Amino acid sequence: MNTDPTRLSAAELAHAIASKELSSVEVVQAHLDRIAAVDADVHAFLHVDGAGALDAARAVDERRASGEDLHVLAGVPIAVKDVMATKGLPTTCGSKILEGWIPPYDATLVSRLKAAGMPILGKTNMDEFAMGSSTEHSAYGPTHNPWDLTRIPGGSGGGSSAVVAAYEAPLAIGTDTGGSIRQPASVTGTVGVKPTYGGVSRYGLVALASSLDQAGPCTRTVLDAALLHSVIGGHDPMDSTSINAPVPSVVEAARRADVKGLKVGVIKELGGEGYQAGVRARFDESVTLLQEAGAEVVEVSCPSFDYALAAYYLILPSEASSNLAKFDAMRYGLRVLPEGIEDPSAEQVMAATRDAGFGDEVKRRIILGTYALSSGYYDAYYGQAQKVRRLIANDFSTAFEQVDVLVSPTAPTTAFKLGDKLDDPMSMYLQDVATIPANLAGVPGMSLPSGLADEDGLPTGIQILAPATQDERLYNVGAALEKMLVDRWGGPLLAKAPQLTAKGA
Amino acid sequence: MPPEHARGRFVVREAPRLAPMSALSRDDVAHLAGLARIDLSDAELDRMVGELGVILESVAKVQEVAADEIEPMSHPLPLTNVTRPDEVRPSLGAEAALAAAPEKEQQRFSVPRILDED
Repeated sequence: MNTDPTRLSAAELAHAIASKELSSVEVVQAHLDRIAAVDADVHAFLHVDGAGALDAARAVDERRASGEDLHVLAGVPIAVKDVMATKGLPTTCGSKILEGWIPPYDATLVSRLKAAGMPILGKTNMDEFAMGSSTEHSAYGPTHNPWDLTRIPGGSGGGSSAVVAAYEAPLAIGTDTGGSIRQPASVTGTVGVKPTYGGVSRYGLVALASSLDQAGPCTRTVLDAALLHSVIGGHDPMDSTSINAPVPSVVEAARRADVKGLKVGVIKELGGEGYQAGVRARFDESVTLLQEAGAEVVEVSCPSFDYALAAYYLILPSEASSNLAKFDAMRYGLRVLPEGIEDPSAEQVMAATRDAGFGDEVKRRIILGTYALSSGYYDAYYGQAQKVRRLIANDFSTAFEQVDVLVSPTAPTTAFKLGDKLDDPMSMYLQDVATIPANLAGVPGMSLPSGLADEDGLPTGIQILAPATQDERLYNVGAALEKMLVDRWGGPLLAKAPQLTAKGA
Repeated sequence: MPPEHARGRFVVREAPRLAPMSALSRDDVAHLAGLARIDLSDAELDRMVGELGVILESVAKVQEVAADEIEPMSHPLPLTNVTRPDEVRPSLGAEAALAAAPEKEQQRFSVPRILDED
C-alpha cells in the first residue's frame, strides 16, 4: 500500500483510519502539507481551515479511541465549494460582493459532513456565483488544471475538481447547475456526480438557478463518489424541493459494477460535430468496453436536445437575476457608496454596490435574465424556453422507455488554455452543451475519465445519465466501466498526470 | 404562416423575427441595468450591447420550436406545497443575524435613506 495518505482513495483512507493504521490527524496533516506544497500553483482553495480540520480530526480520533461506532467516512477530510454556507468559515461564492462574509449557519450538506465526522479542509474556488465553465470568472483569480497549469480546470467547480486531481483532498463537494460538477471532472480526469434534482438538500447552497442547482460529489473513484453521495443525500425538511425518500443504494451499486444485460443508449445528438476527435475516440472505446462486458448498446435520438443550450441560457439568467436580487448592500456583504452623490438613496447605494461587487459574467447574465423576464419579451424568451424544457424532459422519458442509461461525452473538448474563451461568452457556454439537458430535466448524471485525447494528451470524460431517482444506475455502470478502463491503463488515469512541483514545505 | 417542416417528433418553423436582436440598443441595456440595479459604466455599457446581442441571437433559437400546445415546465419535480406545524423553533438571534451587516443601529440594519427628499 502507498505510504503517502494523499494518494489513497477515500475508501482506502476510511479503511486505514478505521483499522487504526492511520489517525485522522495524520491524514488531515498530510493533506494540509500537500496544500501548502502545491496550492500556490493550483490555486484551488479560497480558504484553508487547517486548525479547524485538525480539531475535527482530533475529535474523531478521540471518539474512535473510546470505542465509539463511527460513520464509515469518519476522519476522512473533504473540501467544500465556496457556494455552500459554512458557519464560521468565509463563504464568498467567488464574488467580491461577499468578500469576508461569514455565514451564521451551516448548509444542511455541511451539517451532514460534520455529523459524519469529516474534517473540512477549506473552501474551493469557483466561477463567481457558479457562472462559468473555467473558474476564470472567480473574483479571486482562476484555478489551474493540475494536468497543465496553463489550462482551465473546468467550471464552475474547478476548485473542487482540481483539489481532488492534485491530491489536495480525497473528496470535494461541487454544485451542478448546467454541468459545474461534471465538466470539471471531465477536464481533470476525475469523477463527478450530479444527483437527481432534490436528492441532496439545497438549504445553505447560495442559489444560482433554483430549479437547476444540485450539489454532489467530486472524487477520484466511483466508489468514493457513492460513499460521499450517501452522506450528503436524503430528505431535508429545510428544503421544500428535497425528495422525501431514502438515498438510492449507490454504494451497493458501485460495488456491484455489472452491466450484463443492461441497455445503454448512445445519444445521437451529443457527440458529433463540435466534439474534439480525441474526446469522440475515447468515448467510442468506452462504449465498446460496455458492450464487451455484456451491455446492449443502441443509438437513441433526443431531438430537442439541440435546443437545450438556448433554453438553458434563458432559464438560468432569468432565475439568477431574481436570486441575485438579494445582494442589495443592506443586510450583509459589500456596501459601496456612489461617487459624487451627497446623501445617496438606498437605490443608488444598491446600484453602486452591485456594479462594484459583481463581475462581468454575473452582470451579463443578470441583465439577460432581466430582459428575458420583461413584459413584452416574456412569452418569446422565458415562456418559450420553459416549453422547450418540457420537450427535453419528454425526450428523456421516451429514451428511458427504451434503455436503462444514456451515455455521451461529458464535455466537447479537453481543457482549453486559460484566457482562450474569456472574450467569447457563447463559446464558453458551449462547454456545457452535453451536460445541460440533465439539469433541465432533473435527471442524475455522472462523469468519469474515459482516457487521454491523442492530440493533446489531456483527460476526456464520459457522461452517464439515468432516470430521476435511479441514481444507483450511474454508479453500477460507472464502476463497471471504471474497472475495465483502469485495467487497460494499468492503473488510475491520474497516475499519468505530471508531478506538480512542491513549493516550500 | 412561416414555413414548417417536421423534425423529429415536433415541428420546426422559421424563427418569427419578433424583436431583431441587433435592435437591442445601448439605451435598452442601460434601462435593463437600471431595472437590475446595476450602475454600469459607459465602457461596460458599450461592451455589453455587443455581447448581449450575440447571446440573444443564439438563445432566440428556442423560438424555432413550434410548441404552442406544449405545457411550460418551470421545475423538474412535480411541486407540492410543503408545510410544517406552526410551532416555535430556534432561529438566529439578533446578534448573529446582524453580525455581517454593513451598518447596524439599535439592533437593526441601518440603511441609506429610502425616500426622495421632496
